[in-house]
Amino acid sequence: MTSLTLVRRIRARPSIVFDALTTPAGIAEWWGPDLGPVLLAETDVRIGGRFRVRFRMLDGTEHESAGEYLEIVEPKRLVMSWQWTNGGEPEEAGEMSRIEIDLKRIETGTEITFTHARLRTQASRASHERGWAGALDKLVRHCSTEHFA
Amino acid sequence: MARLEHEDSATVSELAKPFAIKLPAVMKHLDVLHDAGLISRSKAGRVVTVRIQPEPMREAMDWLRRYERFWSKSLDRLAAYAERKEGAAAKKRR
Repeated sequence: MTSLTLVRRIRARPSIVFDALTTPAGIAEWWGPDLGPVLLAETDVRIGGRFRVRFRMLDGTEHESAGEYLEIVEPKRLVMSWQWTNGGEPEEAGEMSRIEIDLKRIETGTEITFTHARLRTQASRASHERGWAGALDKLVRHCSTEHFA
Repeated sequence: MARLEHEDSATVSELAKPFAIKLPAVMKHLDVLHDAGLISRSKAGRVVTVRIQPEPMREAMDWLRRYERFWSKSLDRLAAYAERKEGAAAKKRR
């Protein structure tokens, strides 16, 4: 399974970071790969509740992703499924992935560990028939940055 | 893995040489990579040659690069936003 893990230190307490991750007003401030606007953010923060985020990139393209909350431990941990529902990456159509976020209280604020793991669904298996069985262990890229001095 | 990228193909004993692990252990690692579709193996007599499968490997690396950019940029902005909120909350308490 391919997965990406990013670790950041944020000079804010975990409850503030947790709110930024889960409230529509918070999500609208940061979600997306460039400075294009978030057009829609909906969250229903309970196990089995769904979220939906639509954003426009600076190149004018619009993308939407959605998923379901799988684990919620406020303000420490958040796990959700994740899928492109519009735009996004065409080669990932029907592919479900998983996002795990852990927030650790540290002296200067919060250390966030953000993991996006690619899961192999029935649909994505069918679209990768050339033997890519999806057991790619340990291809994990760790990236740790000090966000402030 | 890194060696295979440079050398295109290698035999199992060549791959095992720099490591202080036994051949069966190397074989086990190669099994995992083979099951993942990342390498192919061919046997000539007693020599097993291992070759990287560039397509699935490239696909996995593309995925990582894509999301590293996406989330890295997003987390930068998340951090900036949360720090602004923290600043505002601290001021209010004073």
